[in-house]
Amino acid sequence: MSATATTRKPGIGHSLSSWANQHRKWVLAAPAMAFVALMIVFPVGWTLYLSVTDASGSVRAESDFVGLQNYLTVLSDTERFWPAVGRTVFFTVGALSIEMVLGMAIALLLWRPFRGEKWVRVAILLPLVATPVAVGMMWRLIFEPNIGFANQLLKWMGLPAQPWLSGQDTALPTLMFVDIWQWTPMVVLILLAGLTSLSDEPEEAAHVDGANAWQRFWYITFPLVMPTFITAILLRGIDAIKTFDILYATKGKGGGSFHEVETLNVYAYGLSFDYNRYGLSSTVLILFFLMIIGCIWILTLRKKRSSL
Amino acid sequence: MTTTTAPAVAAEVTAPKPLKRRKRGGGYKLFRVTMLVLVVITFVAPIIWMLLASFKTNVDIYNPAAAFNFTPTLGNYETVFGQANYTQYIFNSFWIGLCSTVLSLILGLPAAYSMSRFVMKKSAALVLLARVIPGVSLLVPWYFIFSNMRMVGGYEVLILSHMFVSLPLIVYIMMSFFDSLPIELEEQAQVDGLTPIGAFMRIVLPLSVPGIATASILSFIFSWNNFMFALVLSGSRTKTLPVAIFDFVAYASIDWGGLMAAAVVVTVPIMVIALFTQKYIVSGLTAGATKG
Repeated sequence: MSATATTRKPGIGHSLSSWANQHRKWVLAAPAMAFVALMIVFPVGWTLYLSVTDASGSVRAESDFVGLQNYLTVLSDTERFWPAVGRTVFFTVGALSIEMVLGMAIALLLWRPFRGEKWVRVAILLPLVATPVAVGMMWRLIFEPNIGFANQLLKWMGLPAQPWLSGQDTALPTLMFVDIWQWTPMVVLILLAGLTSLSDEPEEAAHVDGANAWQRFWYITFPLVMPTFITAILLRGIDAIKTFDILYATKGKGGGSFHEVETLNVYAYGLSFDYNRYGLSSTVLILFFLMIIGCIWILTLRKKRSSL
Repeated sequence: MTTTTAPAVAAEVTAPKPLKRRKRGGGYKLFRVTMLVLVVITFVAPIIWMLLASFKTNVDIYNPAAAFNFTPTLGNYETVFGQANYTQYIFNSFWIGLCSTVLSLILGLPAAYSMSRFVMKKSAALVLLARVIPGVSLLVPWYFIFSNMRMVGGYEVLILSHMFVSLPLIVYIMMSFFDSLPIELEEQAQVDGLTPIGAFMRIVLPLSVPGIATASILSFIFSWNNFMFALVLSGSRTKTLPVAIFDFVAYASIDWGGLMAAAVVVTVPIMVIALFTQKYIVSGLTAGATKG
């Protein structure tokens, strides 16, 4: 911006600068807002439009307006759509609740200072920054039924081998485990930030009153850290429901040959780019988007109530 | 145990507290250390396993007896950098991450500042909406538009699409950073004769270097790790590393050693960055989370 360089010179530069300064609220925000409008709002509008057309095949092909036909097709599809909704809910709720419980436990473990704290923090940061596709491949080797470490571990413990990722019933829980491995650290970091910002006094008062460790956590610390806890659910939940990378990287198109890990995101991606049925996939995406917004709305209501 | 905190505790006057604290002494400490070791092993062991496998021949990978007892080989890395051409993909990932981060900073910093100082709740919500939208729903229209402009497969499209992730992230992190910066400094600068925008450029930005570092590192990592956008929008020349790994298994039987070496090539640079910038990454990931 040339505004600062020309402040001392009278003339056109000066008036431009003073105009920019007077309207700085929008001058500063406009470029980013324009980008968001062009790259996000407009595409979402286009998706809405595609969802009422029969667009498919080539991107240059003509498409016709079909009204709510796609919505009827999708909502009555009990073969792919509703099972995908079920898997999305199962994956998100399952992984998220275990991540929250484990995250809270590990955060409490790390809360009070100890020697070697820095190294433990580095260790929990590593899964978090690792590339999800690479993480998927790493676990694919570990869970390989014949040569993987997981089955070897079971053998040492005298337990029967599992098919893990290649089993129709075990694939999704295995991927939930991978998600939990990678993202529990995120929950730990957020909750730890929340715990560290708490004052010591309420807990110490409870201490003096003779409350035991569990009572101090359940009646004092947990309610105090609740707003952060709900923020963590929100942040992690939004990402968990959209999980794509590890599912697609380990099971490929359609979420495996029986669609065993096909969540809504994988289904919508497949409809778009593996089968080129853009109209139908846009409908799935709009419904998916509404579902996410609904969840966020419920959680923020909950959060407002708890922080009162 | 109380040994490390003893001086601080002893310095305080209240009697009951040190007594109670001593109660959770030995047993609790042992439990805590055990659990901490368990946590570290759980998170680090799979990564070490991947590292080990990347130095093994496929024969050793198939042999349980050679889990730790094997002759290391660089053969897998020769495959990855030789016939698999990973040097090109490393450059692609790096270049796309760098450009999308720099461009997002240029757009995002003034916007975050304005949204923080003028409390533009609705505009901020619009930018943050980008974190909520499923990426696929943007990919379809982008693919329509950019294939009609014959831009699919170019760096420009990839940089633009990765900005969809980095711009909201930067705005989100920098908003909470600017919120914490005292406004008096800017007011003083304006009394001294700077224009408001001048105060932003010369006073606020230099003071925001830690925040900008946090936002840039995270934005680069998110771009580096992004898979879906490049899966659709990249060409064979502009492929990024995650897509290259995915393609590694797309053909015939899996070369596990090569695959693990490829996975190491993608993850290790990011982990090294994380090791040295730990503080920034943590503050960025938890930005705004504790405000309630």
